[in-house]
Order: sequence, then C-alpha cells, then structure tokens
Amino acid sequence: MDLSEHLFRRESGRLVAALVRIFGVHNLALAEDVVQDAFCRALDVWKIRGVPDNPSAWLMTVAKRRALDVVRRERTARTFAPELTRWLESEWTLAPVVDESFTSAVIRDEQLRMMFSCCHPSLPEEAQIALILNVLCGFGASEVATAFLTSRAAVEKRITRGKKALANAERLFDLSDDDFGARLASVRAALYLLFNEGYHSASSETAVRAELCDEAIRLTSMLLETEATAEPATFALAALMCLHAARLPARLDAHGDLSSLPDQDRSRWNRALIDRGLALLEQASCGSVATAYHLEAAIAAVHAGSPSIASTNWDAIVELYDRLLKLTPSPVVALNRAVAVAQRDGPDAGLAAIRAIPDADRLRDYPFYPAAIGELELRRGDAASAARAFAAAVGLARNPLERRFLERRLRTAETTSHPAPAGPA
Amino acid sequence: MSQFIYLYRTSDAAQQESMGTPERAQQNMQRWMAWLKELDAKGHLKNYGQPLERTGRVIRGKNKLITDGPYAEAKDLIGGFSIVEARDIDQAVELSRGCPALDVGGAVEVRPVMSMDL
Repeated sequence: MDLSEHLFRRESGRLVAALVRIFGVHNLALAEDVVQDAFCRALDVWKIRGVPDNPSAWLMTVAKRRALDVVRRERTARTFAPELTRWLESEWTLAPVVDESFTSAVIRDEQLRMMFSCCHPSLPEEAQIALILNVLCGFGASEVATAFLTSRAAVEKRITRGKKALANAERLFDLSDDDFGARLASVRAALYLLFNEGYHSASSETAVRAELCDEAIRLTSMLLETEATAEPATFALAALMCLHAARLPARLDAHGDLSSLPDQDRSRWNRALIDRGLALLEQASCGSVATAYHLEAAIAAVHAGSPSIASTNWDAIVELYDRLLKLTPSPVVALNRAVAVAQRDGPDAGLAAIRAIPDADRLRDYPFYPAAIGELELRRGDAASAARAFAAAVGLARNPLERRFLERRLRTAETTSHPAPAGPA
Repeated sequence: MSQFIYLYRTSDAAQQESMGTPERAQQNMQRWMAWLKELDAKGHLKNYGQPLERTGRVIRGKNKLITDGPYAEAKDLIGGFSIVEARDIDQAVELSRGCPALDVGGAVEVRPVMSMDL
C-alpha cells in the first residue's frame, strides 16, 4: 500500500493534539517526543514490512501505548493535564481517558483550541503562523523557512518563543473564554496571512506555495465544522481562499514565469475550487455584516465567473473595491481599485485614480505600484514613461520570480518605445 | 547465485537525521520501500527480512549474565535485515549502494550466507 501524500505531517498535528490533551500544554515537548517515537517506529517497521492497511490507526495505536507508558512511569514525578489528573491517577480510568483523547471529535476540538492558543495576542503574527505550521501542520522549522524565504534560525526562534508562550499559558484557550470573539478574529487573520504567504509566496517553488494554501484552507474548514467558529466571516474567508486558490495553477505560465490576471489561461483555473468557493460565499451571506473577507471573496467571485478580462463586470468590481476601501483603508486596496477603474474607464482615469491615492508613500517599496503605472502608461501609448516606471519596479522586485516578470514588462516597454529598425526587405 | 544478508546498521544520530520532520521521515520511508521494491522486481530480494526492536536483552558467558541492551553499542545498532541473492559479493555490494540508510549516516553490512555446497 502507498502512503497518502503528507500523511505523517497531517498525523503529526492530530497526534500532538490528542497527547497535549492528556499531558497538558506545558508538556508539549513531551507530546512531540512521543509522536517522533511513533514515526521512528513506523519508519523501522514499514520500510521493511510495508505500510499497514490503516497507517493512521497504526500510528495512533503506537502513540496511545507510549502515552500510557509515559503516564504510568511519570505520574508521580510530573503533573499532566490538570483537568484530567484524577482520571490519569487511577488504572481504572487511565486507558479510557487515553482512548477518548484519540477519538476524532476530541482531536478536532483540541486542534481548534491549539489553533486559538497559537494566536495569542502577545505573539507577532509571523510567529503565530510559524507556530500553527509547526504544531498543527507538522512543518519543521526548515520547511517553514523555505516557504517564507527566511532563515531557519529565525523561524526556530519564533517557534521556540511561541512554544514558551503556550507553555506559560498552562492551559489551552477554551472556546467559552471571554475573549473568544476577539481571538476568533485573530485566528482568521492568521489563517488569511498564512494563505497569502502561499498565494503570493516569494518562493518560486509551486509545490511549497500550494501546500501553504492547502493548509490554510484545511484549517479554515476545521473552523467551519464547529458551530461557534462557523461565523459568516469564516465562511467568507474560506470562500475567498478557494476562489483565489482556484487561480493558482494559472499564476505561473508554461515557462514557470508569473502570469498576470489578463494573461492567465483561464481554462487552467480549478473549476471544482471555484464551485466550492461560490457555495461557501453563498453560506457566508446569511449574516447582516459584510466583512472585508466577504468583499474580497465577492471580487474574486466576479473574476472567477468571467470568461475574459474584456467581459468582466468592472462596474461591480470597482464598487466592491469602494466598499472595501471604506472598511479597510489601505493603499494596496486603493491601487487595486485604480487598476479596476482603468479597466472600466480607460488608462487615463486609472492613472488619475493612482495619483489620488492619499497615502501612496506607503507604496514606496511595493514593486507593483510603479508596475501598475507602467502598464497604464503603456496602454495610453507613452512607452518611454512606461519603461521608466518598469525600471523602477524591477529595482524593487522582492524575488527572482517578480524580477523576471517585471524585466519582461520592461523589455516590452523598451521595444515599443524604440522599435527595432526594420530589416532588409 | 549466492545469498547475502544485509544488516542495516544505524545510530541514534542517523535516526534523528532520517526523522528530521514528519515530511522528511515520510520521504525517507518511501525511498526505502522504493529501493526494496526495485531489488525485488529485479529478482534479487530473497526475503524482505525483519525489522528489529532497538533494545532487548543480552545474555553473556558461563554465568549467563543477563543485561538490558545492547546499550553499549547505541552508536551502532542493527535495525533490521534483508536477504538478497547476487552473483557474488561485489554484485551484492553494488546492489546495496542504493540503500537510503546510507544517505542519513547509516550503514549496510553485507555478509555472505555460508552454504553447504563445497
């Protein structure tokens, strides 16, 4: 039997959650050791004997057995989960409590509590998502570092600090806690950031990017399975992720280069994800409040439903951007709105909208600010200005992928402004 | 064709290296299974063999002294074995070169199985 992709990684998050319920979050490291042991065992046995029919159940059995050993051996020396102490002390109740901790409903609840705990307000957002990837998704520090193009040491530091904060909290966040609402908003924000890291990832490796997006969608789907966390905003976030992820296969062209929305081969968009996103957006619409996630998902839905750039309903998109700007004023949103205005009213209107962005200086380092100007200058026939703008954009590129894309645009502008002399007839 | 036994030797450090992260552990295992499957497909694998627990008991000498072990050799544990068929030891060694244990600091010991043939 073959292993499903990322099985160990996925099981790691589930097993750690079950073990943390038994050992207590202050013993997170112990839980991770037990999981590591189970994987070692699997590696030893399966590589020679082959993968068992139900690898997840096999791993769980090994983890349970180890958990029983650890509790029996250390229950006098160590404190485990305070709320379970009495049950763990007695041999009558120990095994049933361990069994219960590994049932799928309990594991899911524990993973949710863990996710909420990882989003502690004392942790910066990048630490929150590094921690989520490590504890809940089984990513190693080096894998997180690859995905985020940071150093392994930096990621390790974030994770260590995060785990210290978790241990100090002494217990996992409870969904009945007072600050549930605020924390749920932070969880959504972290998952959104995680998704965007994947979607806009500086890493040119498509696999890594898709994995981050998959994980973000998976964790958001977990929030939808529990009534308390399945708010309209959560549905909207899930919708937004699906609709954006659907375009992922077309974001890189056949040469592995970035492809902007107008140039994308829309037949490569993932239809199943689009349908799922649209259904989620429908479910998100039951509340009375339209969050930023709703508006962004709605914009993505308009694109997803349009066969081409020309047939896109730019009126609707500009209006959605107007509402989004009111809700979350941001120069990047304003820039995207200006690009939509250009599609609706022509490049001059678009350039005027760009010039009208109030806090444009915050876009100083954003390569797609001069790039957008370049596109519009090119469209209105001023190739020399376009080339200047693209040259500025190339200087701001944050990774090779962006640089190649912007250099290509620069070359287009240059050849348009200085057409090559016609060869002999 | 003669028979050879592959003894898979590993150490705690090699084990750590091959585990790394859940993803690495899974990849490592998949490489192992692919390697053994390939040996099998080429008709060299006589017996997949057995994985061995890391520790057990060691019984020594006339006094039949029993100790837990083999802890003393924790840097060099036999993790399991397989039996292969090859023309000669050179070919058996050649076939062992693809063993994934080698990439993570482990070793393969190739020992001819003694035969009754003279």
